[in-house]
Amino acid sequence: MLNTVNIFEDDRPEGSDGADQMGHLVTGELDLSHGVVLYLEDITVSFDGFKALNNLNLEINAGELRCIIGPNGAGKTTMMDVITGKTRPDSGKAFFGQSIDLTRLTEPEIAHVGIGRKFQKPTIFEQHTVFENLELAMKTDKRVWKSLMARLAGDERDKIAETLRLIRLDGEADHQAGLLSHGQKQWLEIGMLLMQEPKLLLLDEPVAGMTDDETMRTAELFVSLAGKHSLVVVEHDMAFVEKLGGLVTVLHEGSVLAEGDLATVQNDQRVIEVYLGR
Amino acid sequence: MHKSLTLRVLSSLDKKSWLALGVFLALALVVVPVLHLDFPEDSALHVSTYTITLIGKIMCYALVAVAMDLIWGYGGILSLGHGLFFALGGYAFGMYLMRQIGRDGSYGADLPDFMVFLDWKELPWFWVGSDGFGWVAFMVIAAPAVVAFVFGYFAFRSRIKGVYFSIITQALTYAAMLLFFRNETGFGGNNGFTDFKRVLGYSITSPETRLVLFGLTAVMLAATLVFSAWLVKSKFGRVLTAIRDAESRVMFIGYNPLWYKLTIWIISAVLCAIAGALYVPQVGIINPSEMSPGNAIEIAIWVAVGGRGTLIGPIIGAFVVNLAKSWFTVSFPEYWLFFLGLLFIVVTLMLPQGLVGLWKKLLAGKGDAAC
Repeated sequence: MLNTVNIFEDDRPEGSDGADQMGHLVTGELDLSHGVVLYLEDITVSFDGFKALNNLNLEINAGELRCIIGPNGAGKTTMMDVITGKTRPDSGKAFFGQSIDLTRLTEPEIAHVGIGRKFQKPTIFEQHTVFENLELAMKTDKRVWKSLMARLAGDERDKIAETLRLIRLDGEADHQAGLLSHGQKQWLEIGMLLMQEPKLLLLDEPVAGMTDDETMRTAELFVSLAGKHSLVVVEHDMAFVEKLGGLVTVLHEGSVLAEGDLATVQNDQRVIEVYLGR
Repeated sequence: MHKSLTLRVLSSLDKKSWLALGVFLALALVVVPVLHLDFPEDSALHVSTYTITLIGKIMCYALVAVAMDLIWGYGGILSLGHGLFFALGGYAFGMYLMRQIGRDGSYGADLPDFMVFLDWKELPWFWVGSDGFGWVAFMVIAAPAVVAFVFGYFAFRSRIKGVYFSIITQALTYAAMLLFFRNETGFGGNNGFTDFKRVLGYSITSPETRLVLFGLTAVMLAATLVFSAWLVKSKFGRVLTAIRDAESRVMFIGYNPLWYKLTIWIISAVLCAIAGALYVPQVGIINPSEMSPGNAIEIAIWVAVGGRGTLIGPIIGAFVVNLAKSWFTVSFPEYWLFFLGLLFIVVTLMLPQGLVGLWKKLLAGKGDAAC
């Protein structure tokens, strides 16, 4: 099984990926039979005549770590909005695996089928403790009644503790999240994403505001997650992109301009023109 | 490690709070009745009927303030529609009190006076069952719950937020006020309901009935406080404050904010209506002015003055503002609104955490000085 999702390597039987416990939010199993986790086909989104996305085509393979680069206004964030249900495309198809139509699901439903998103600006619950941030993000039944009656089980505490260690915030578990440094907030948001146990992680400028050291550690973490998860990283920091390896897709004016490894893309004449101006 | 629900509710307040709650209930259920009934009116220890009615009324307001705080302080949703829910509860119970008048009204008829005045021959369909206490008690909860559900479902599903939500709730309440002002609506027009005689067969003005209503209000306030403490300390409460602080993040980790907002909205509306139902027999009147925009804003001021996002804050706020109001409206009636406006400005600018925040700051300051 290529797509065992659980990063915590628990002893659940293979194939029971937990989605069946989601009750009414189950919208179909993720089908990776063709090895592709995300299909975007001819996606067009326009705002008042301006085409933020223009016949965008993109395929992400299961277990892949893909970087998306492109100048400002290329449509990177809009693309993430389409995948996570925040924006509906005017036309085109967006499929998660073979069978899950993302254009028909709401944001919480998309989160339940296994897509996690990190925003450009770190978005955490500033008034809650670091521990509570992770607790709220944890993969579980998220309906009202369950939340009213919820108690943390021992294995759930262990899972939170494990993530705290992974994001190096075990010393700050009981601190208010709003008091963390910018880089720590970024890490906390990544930790919340991992608690969701998503199959596909969308990361919008995850290392913005991090120190060089933090950036390198983040790169190592992402590389280690690839394979078990699929990752799509939007980033401007070329050193970071290089460290991640993997394929790079260049977006320009709402569609794909070039695709390949970083060196190929950087030497592409059209990409140079876009970045340096004509 | 699985604690029962009862135990979890019990542990949602600390020892000190339980003690304070116990003292409060002892005062309301034992001390006040004894001082009222067993001490003659000229005694310094006598608690007057006026005081009991005033405190009873303010306890109802405190209950409204806690309800408002659940949705505003914890949920981040400022409702200016709580006057409507308060009035719905009040009117529902008022219908029962009107029927309890029986033939003792001015016209000596079976129908309430205002219906005789309108020359109606029989009860309108929505008054059916209003002579039964059980049915009315059910309606006190069901009517606001249904209104809150229908309105809240569409408002929250359309993702109406912030000041837009406040304005729409205000408009809804205003529309309801105009509706209730009409005689044809069947709720007594601008006079509303008054001249009550009995509740459950007991005289509504007897000292014993007053004390029972007073005690019930105190018990309801205490129970609401315990329930709210459990609610905001549950995971539900943490999701709620998370929605207040970063709604999009909540959605992207898989919670649907609609159901969370709707749940707290309905809970808040029902608590507010229960306060209205307890208010009407103690004050002896309910009319459409309870739904006026000024009232809704006053509720928000109680909560802001006491301290949003704390449970004791709204209760303190309701007491402070209303005690000040009853003093002002007697001593300097023309200055009350100026004072209220000034209070709101001072609290907004200088005490964003309200009186509870000020108290915490003072305690922290003392702690620093001691060190």
